[in-house]
Amino acid sequence: MTLLAPSKPGQLPSPPRAARSGRHRLLPYLLLLPGAVWLLVFFGVPLLQLAAASLYDPSGSLSTGYAMTWAFGNYPDVVQAYWPQLLRSFGYAGLALVLALLLGYPLAYAIAQKAGRWKNLLLVCVVAPMFTSFLVRTLAWKTILSDNGALVGLLRDVHLLAPDGRLLATPFAVVLGLTYNFLPFLVLPLYASLERLDPRLLEAASDLYASGVQAFRRVTLPLSMPGLVAGTLLFFIPASGDYINAELLGTPNEYMIGNVIDSAFLVRLDYPQGAALSFLLMAAILAVVFGYLRRAGTEEVL
Amino acid sequence: MTPMARETPAGDLRLADLTKRFGIFTAVDDLSLTIGQGSFFALLGASGCGKTTTLRMIAGLEEPTSGQVLLGDTDIARLRPYKRPVNTVFQSYALFPHLTIFENVAFGLRRRGIRSVDDQVRRMLSLVQLDGFGPRRPAQLSGGQQQRVALARALINQPQVLLLDEPLGALDLKLRRQMQIELKRIQTEVGITFVHVTHDQEEAMTMADTVAVMNAGRIEQQGAPADLYEFPATAFVANFLGQSNLLAGEAAGTSGGEVAVTAHGARFSVPAGRSRADRGPVHLGVRPEKLHLVGSADQVPQGHQHVAGVVTDASYVGVSTQYLLRTGWGTELSVFAANDGAQVPVPVGSEAVTYWDPRHAFLLARDAADTDRTTPVLDEPVGASS
Repeated sequence: MTLLAPSKPGQLPSPPRAARSGRHRLLPYLLLLPGAVWLLVFFGVPLLQLAAASLYDPSGSLSTGYAMTWAFGNYPDVVQAYWPQLLRSFGYAGLALVLALLLGYPLAYAIAQKAGRWKNLLLVCVVAPMFTSFLVRTLAWKTILSDNGALVGLLRDVHLLAPDGRLLATPFAVVLGLTYNFLPFLVLPLYASLERLDPRLLEAASDLYASGVQAFRRVTLPLSMPGLVAGTLLFFIPASGDYINAELLGTPNEYMIGNVIDSAFLVRLDYPQGAALSFLLMAAILAVVFGYLRRAGTEEVL
Repeated sequence: MTPMARETPAGDLRLADLTKRFGIFTAVDDLSLTIGQGSFFALLGASGCGKTTTLRMIAGLEEPTSGQVLLGDTDIARLRPYKRPVNTVFQSYALFPHLTIFENVAFGLRRRGIRSVDDQVRRMLSLVQLDGFGPRRPAQLSGGQQQRVALARALINQPQVLLLDEPLGALDLKLRRQMQIELKRIQTEVGITFVHVTHDQEEAMTMADTVAVMNAGRIEQQGAPADLYEFPATAFVANFLGQSNLLAGEAAGTSGGEVAVTAHGARFSVPAGRSRADRGPVHLGVRPEKLHLVGSADQVPQGHQHVAGVVTDASYVGVSTQYLLRTGWGTELSVFAANDGAQVPVPVGSEAVTYWDPRHAFLLARDAADTDRTTPVLDEPVGASS
């Protein structure tokens, strides 16, 4: 106890070397402890439970109970049944990512390098939508894209849309919703790394015979890689698991893997199937992420 | 044929009536300047005098408000920076942190579509004495090494003009001295026109063949370092390039090759060839090391002129002792006595006489309101008044 008691500054008795280094060695673990406990209880245990559930006997039900039969066959079964949704998830998320990059990179660059005193205001504008609920925002899109809304009316009038054409309940609407909802996750990390870009490096590139395009390719882009990688991951991972956008802006034809998992757990009450799909999604995302990181070659970045 | 020997079209760098305004502030004011091909030219001035803006206009990083930048006979003032045969060594070096030293140096060649760069890069790295550093990253190098990479990265393109923006500013004194000699050696070796911007007068004088002193957007004087030092054109140059004792006086015209000057009740003379003005208000200038200190007026040699006073300070700095002598009218003159073994130290508080050879004095025109000036101009932003 005396060892831990605060002593007056300046007359700190030097504690025995062993005790001192012992405490120093323990400190990082003590700091980790709350987070580790939290992770264990609310992530580790449920994860194990989910892993177990994915191997339950598929013929069981909530009322009859599930038997643990190590039913690895659940996995091929769900792939066979739901591979279109799985593919669609990655397809929609990938498409939305491309759109978000086209919108987000110039936006992040402009805010970071060109906005001057408007920088903070613009950043608030990027984050502002997050102040309302995800659900509310998606419902707002439902109104914007609705068949008798102004947008559809306008597009029909200029013949960009057939007279009976619609936006809502199409793949287009779902991809648009995904793009919109996850855009800030891409823009913010990109902004952070573009903000650190020293404009003098671009001057140097220009001095060394690089045209604007070359300077972007050789200097701006590589130096914004950390933000780009982090942003694309933060965008792609939640977007591919999302089910709200497909639910509200699409039809069952646009359903993604998230919708299937949602219904397996909450509608069909088929726990083994839901759990197997969840694990499958997790594995697929991990595979995509690792493949991506290996290609991007930015190990030191993360 | 080695790329080093590539023939560049003959061309002096000429700035013609170059002006740059930022809003109402005129950074560079109707500047005209000719920099001979192959010369080492230093643009010297305090911060804020417009020297970096001038450099950036030559590089193309700043567009002139008016005027021309001529290289040979072509006006490059409106060309994009990457279209100019001009390269820059930046004050911050601006090395690309994501590229290796090799790729940093090869950057310019690659952008111009040159495929085999290995030989040139290796030769350039050895020119700046960084053999074997190719695979490293800029962050792994010391300041002096980074500086040399910045130099190699610019030089490898064999520009017609190399611009150096305070390239040694971030180095410590010893390294700076070393790099000054190094830069001079490299310039002689490659024969490219160097335009060097600096606020360090010693650096400018060590390296350059021609020094231009800039103040408030204009060139005050331009010439060989020794000419500028020995016979400055303005009070600013006299006290920015080293230090001068400038006494306010009135000149009364030339007679017999001498200009007669009355200052603080005493009469002096200066050879007509060392006078920038021979009538009206003038500054009589003598460099501190041209002044000698003796105990009384009868020790002053024949033909020398003198001022009496009281020694108020003596600083021993090794190679010399720097005295302050307060004159009868209150101005403190600087006297540097060389530590050559022949000097007897003069104690602080004693009366003394300082004398000089009139051939070492110089005469400058003076604003009527201007008084004695004996302190060096410090590196601070200069007002547009001077």
